[in-house]
Amino acid sequence: MANPPTPSNIASPPDAERIALLRDRAEFVRLETLRLIQIAKVGHYSSVFSCAEIFATLYYDAMRLKRGEPQWPDRDRFLMGKGHAAVGLYPLLVDWGFFSKEVLDGYTRLGNPLGDHPDMRKVPGVDFSSGSIGHALSGGLGMVLGARAADRRFDVYVLLGDGEMQEGQVWEAALSAAHHKAGNLIAIVDRNGYQLDGQVDDIIGIEPLADKWAAFGWRVHEVDGHDVVALATLLRQLKAEADRTRPVCIIAKTSKGKGVGYMETEPGWHLGYLAPSDEALAAEEIKRGGKTQ
Amino acid sequence: MNGPIDTNSWQYRQINARAPGLSYLANALIDLVEEGHPVLAGTADLQYSNGLVRFAQRFPERFTQFGISEQNMVSAAAGMASTGAMPFIATFASFLALLCCEQIRTDVAYSALPVRLIGHHAGISLGFYGTSHHATEDLAIMRSIADLTVVAPADGPQLAAAVKASVNHTQPIYFRIGRGQEPVVYDDGVDFQFGKAIVHGEGSDLTIVACGSMVHPSREAYRALRAAGKSVGLIDMHTIKPLDTKAVLSAAAHSRFVLTIEEHNILGGLGGAVAEILAEAGSPARLIRHGIRDEYSLIAPPTHLYKHYRLDAAGIEATVLEALG
Repeated sequence: MANPPTPSNIASPPDAERIALLRDRAEFVRLETLRLIQIAKVGHYSSVFSCAEIFATLYYDAMRLKRGEPQWPDRDRFLMGKGHAAVGLYPLLVDWGFFSKEVLDGYTRLGNPLGDHPDMRKVPGVDFSSGSIGHALSGGLGMVLGARAADRRFDVYVLLGDGEMQEGQVWEAALSAAHHKAGNLIAIVDRNGYQLDGQVDDIIGIEPLADKWAAFGWRVHEVDGHDVVALATLLRQLKAEADRTRPVCIIAKTSKGKGVGYMETEPGWHLGYLAPSDEALAAEEIKRGGKTQ
Repeated sequence: MNGPIDTNSWQYRQINARAPGLSYLANALIDLVEEGHPVLAGTADLQYSNGLVRFAQRFPERFTQFGISEQNMVSAAAGMASTGAMPFIATFASFLALLCCEQIRTDVAYSALPVRLIGHHAGISLGFYGTSHHATEDLAIMRSIADLTVVAPADGPQLAAAVKASVNHTQPIYFRIGRGQEPVVYDDGVDFQFGKAIVHGEGSDLTIVACGSMVHPSREAYRALRAAGKSVGLIDMHTIKPLDTKAVLSAAAHSRFVLTIEEHNILGGLGGAVAEILAEAGSPARLIRHGIRDEYSLIAPPTHLYKHYRLDAAGIEATVLEALG
């Protein structure tokens, strides 16, 4: 059901320099995630690793942001349905100058604003708090409607987990967004196949996922979620499209734990903690993967 | 007699048009937009019940019909507020406070977003629609959510005043309102301030503390009791949170009894809030909580229910007389 891009609206793909930047930032996300989870002593490594390229592509190619101005009113918005991957987002917000590295390095310590889930009240650059699964797509729809009423223009990206597709409110929001022609609402489903208790399709199956979104009135694209060139090209193409009346769902096929082989094959890594020696091994592997990708 | 049914016999929308109390909501919101406030409104398939249809017709670009997706509506309102808008969203109190409790807590209150939640047809005012539609827990639920202001206006004019005052209120607000058919209490103007109770009168025997739809029948009872020579006071405690502690303690200081009246379970609502204040202050005044006594309300036309639960003027008067012995 995925819609192939039509020749008239293919935007130019990222150049070599941009591609290198995106890969570098995805590696940065993974390495910082390893480092920060060592501080917390527990965290969602593999949930971040599956969406590291999505984070990188959004924050270094797709989204309109202003360095040091997390509240710039016309910025593109980013919401996380899978809020437990916030540990991978925080380093990027520091990179954008939204808060200091000192704050980042106090991740999860008493009084520090950074927790396992993003908190808009406490963390500059977080556009919407999350933690409870299924709310974010509605929040993103509200942002589109708010911007429309105020005659402002920005795009709203919502990163959803594939397990999150089991939550009813997601489908309420999907119906609503299509009905209200929220064309600048872009949902990205991180289809890594796993949730806490096991494989998504064993727990409560969600396929045919693309057909479901299409049937709800969304334009659907399927993409390799680790291919920064494909991701960036698709997101550029969407921005360039004349038809911004239908919301867009991107099903990003990913591998949970991508970059660390052990985590890719061991689903128990949804939530965990690496011993320091294994952390060094994981970092080595991430660096090798980043270079060969 | 076998002809088609006259289409004019279908009076649903006209029935709702006879809820004058609710017309204050749309009118107040229209005024706010005209004054330049970034008001947005939304509902979940109840624009005729809550009268927001008038707002929708006047400012279609500022109105969102969410259909029957209450949780989606609450989270979306949070998203709207995050862009600088001031959304007012309305649906039955039973669905808003119970079905969307977590969205209200997490997306609205915890995120400190100025969403105005309108729970209408609260209490037992939906009568024979059934217990599922009765909201007798909403005050308790909403009151326990940090940073959420909880208001139960007594009538349309007070609702309008509260809605207008809300533009200078930084916290999100839960407005608990009735079905719009409550008689007017404040026909001579309202001075509304969040958290500041309206003292109608003081009495040394007993002070009635009422909120929302119970203010009017309480005032009727209060007047009858005063006429009969009883020293009875009356406080309209329109803001349940933050509660006007001073007004409660003042009533307790000069009355032997404090009687709370609410169209709600006596647990956790107005009676619970007043009980907490009196107990912590070590007040010697005796508290009587009057409302639904921790049970599921019966199904009947609203007027029958108010009589059954002694939440009409006669029932409140009788309750006071029993207390005074």
